[in-house]
Amino acid sequence: MSNITQDTIDTVKSLGKYEAGFVTDIESDKAPKGLSEEIVRFISAKKNEPKWLLDWRLKAFMHWQAMPEPQWGKLDIGPIDYQDAYYYAAPKQKLSSIDEADPKLLATFEKLGVPMAERARLAGVAVDVVFDSVSVATSFREQLAEVGIIFCSISEAVQKHPELVKKYMGSVVPYHDNKHACLNSAVFTDGSFVYIPPGVRCPMELSTYFRINEMNTGQFERTLIIADKGAYVSYLEGCTAPMRDENQLHAAVVELIAHDDAEIKYSTVQNWYPGDEEGKGGIYNFVTKRGLCEGKNSKISWTQVETGSAITWKYPSCILKGDNSQGEFYSVAITNNFQQADTGTKMIHIGRNTKSRIISKTISAGKSDSTYRGLVKIMPKAEGARNFTQCDSLLIGNQCGAHTVPYIESRNPRASLEHEATTSKIGDDQLFYCQQRGLSAEEAVALIVNGFCREVLQNLPMEFAVEAQKLVGISLEGSVG
Amino acid sequence: MLKITNLHATVGGKEILKGLSLEIPAGEVHAIMGPNGSGKSTLSYVVAGRAGYEVTAGEITLNGRDVLAMAPEERAAAGLFLAFQYPVEIPGVQMTTFLKTALNSIRRQRGEAELDALDFLKLMKAKQKALGVTDEMIKRPVNVGFSGGEKKRNEVLQMAILEPSFAILDETDSGLDIDALKVVSEGVNALRGPGRSFLVITHYQRLLDYIVPDVVHVMANGRIVKSGGPDLARELEAKGYAEFTGEAA
Repeated sequence: MSNITQDTIDTVKSLGKYEAGFVTDIESDKAPKGLSEEIVRFISAKKNEPKWLLDWRLKAFMHWQAMPEPQWGKLDIGPIDYQDAYYYAAPKQKLSSIDEADPKLLATFEKLGVPMAERARLAGVAVDVVFDSVSVATSFREQLAEVGIIFCSISEAVQKHPELVKKYMGSVVPYHDNKHACLNSAVFTDGSFVYIPPGVRCPMELSTYFRINEMNTGQFERTLIIADKGAYVSYLEGCTAPMRDENQLHAAVVELIAHDDAEIKYSTVQNWYPGDEEGKGGIYNFVTKRGLCEGKNSKISWTQVETGSAITWKYPSCILKGDNSQGEFYSVAITNNFQQADTGTKMIHIGRNTKSRIISKTISAGKSDSTYRGLVKIMPKAEGARNFTQCDSLLIGNQCGAHTVPYIESRNPRASLEHEATTSKIGDDQLFYCQQRGLSAEEAVALIVNGFCREVLQNLPMEFAVEAQKLVGISLEGSVG
Repeated sequence: MLKITNLHATVGGKEILKGLSLEIPAGEVHAIMGPNGSGKSTLSYVVAGRAGYEVTAGEITLNGRDVLAMAPEERAAAGLFLAFQYPVEIPGVQMTTFLKTALNSIRRQRGEAELDALDFLKLMKAKQKALGVTDEMIKRPVNVGFSGGEKKRNEVLQMAILEPSFAILDETDSGLDIDALKVVSEGVNALRGPGRSFLVITHYQRLLDYIVPDVVHVMANGRIVKSGGPDLARELEAKGYAEFTGEAA
């Protein structure tokens, strides 16, 4: 089960002494605070990367230095001190088996509902657990390998499948795409890599649990998923982070590529630490997620449940290049207390008869602010392109805000675009009706909000949907009464 | 069972209930009739604990327990049920999910074991059959797209499943045609028993032909102004409320 591969252990051990001047304590395995070219080189060396990748990182770093922060979000972000964070930390323990894992760590998995062996055995889910940047365990890989599927950490993919990584990494989200993507490209430490060969339907849901562990450690995951011709894969990403006082930066990049007739379903439940009731602390979640429907009849579907983070800046998008390709975006974004979210999607229609569907459910409570921001762009050659967009907002209390900003750019007069939007409040009559039937105010809110989000939640794989429903309730605790 | 003593209540600063007293012993069905604006619905909301309905004096006890000290959901767990005059829509929440959550919340508050999905479904099926509620109806979101009759039947179905010891039916007959009225009344009558009491609020005597009360009260201007047997209802139907509103004014 816990194939923390001997490779990984050895690699990390051998890299304990870094020549460039500073001594790294192998136990803490942490680069000094701050961001510089030296740190980028350190990370690359730690990971024993080929020169092309180091060069790519350095180019990204150069761009990052010159690039301004993106300003379009309706977000109040204080200045970020990039020099006051660590950019590399590996877990302290090097394990040869899960039994040797820190009991505290295992307890956290319990809380998250990921008793790994159990979950893997009972649910048939392959879990690639990324724990503070280095993969600790990967399961079911042999079973997947039998049908030719590659599911491993991106570091491992760099070593074992460099041709695939080189071909696809940065092909959908270029290293200079935006400031956060630049940063990720320069300092990404790990993430997942999936390749599904032609005609293969992945026999199980692939799942990765991310978790921030070390204090002050920004997380820079990079995920790359390729579905070759006629392939299918469903990928689940879930995260949670423990209580924390200082703001933590999280800038992930996810790239999806679907070839002819291929389908990728990507589901996220995001529950990073949102900060406390006064708005102190919490994660800055700046994510660039983009899928390319490269081939004809391909399909990419994003489903997200965003409940955590102090600030969420995230627009999972689809580039519909192949003829007849389809993009979908199903989103639930919940903000409470002082949380801020600016999230949505971009659907870029390039190919003929391309279709996209956007269903966004925004829930704001407390003093939070939430914005749906979406772009539907129809290129001149996208004959027969169609889009349907529905944005619903639900307000709880009278100190929160919800905003809907749909951008439409159509360069093909025959394209068909539909947009629906609603804003509503949880009514006192609804609350009282539920309470009269025995539900507490909080149970009532959870039930009503779950009903409001149903259309999105039912797109999640079963066990994820259950987890997400609970999360909806938990994240709105204290929002009424 | 339910005892209300000298109840005064205000809504938005205006006094609506002005010293109402009422006692409903276990196993009895009492009806309250009265003109519009007499405070009938206010009474039902005050007993159920709706926010914004402020009790300024008096007390309410249910089986000896102080109702006013309890949150609305605690009153539900204590056995109080209100069949709404205007049942509320909850989009996206299936009837079954709603009712299972409600029943289990009540059971949890009472320290009883929660029902799992299978046991709940069995219970639901049994109760549904008696009320002629279709499977299709319980798969719909709570009260969304229900006709007036379906909404009221749905309220009685909920009552049948939650098995309260004291239920208020707030104008359950409004908006019902005669067939729906019969079905709903039969549902209520099936629940009558020595351990359960009802307060039936209505404008019209018609409902009381089907749900025959033990006692009829006339409410006017925030008080009970007259009480009597089932005959009183027929008398009111013939004479109207003028006598009482005049008296109260």
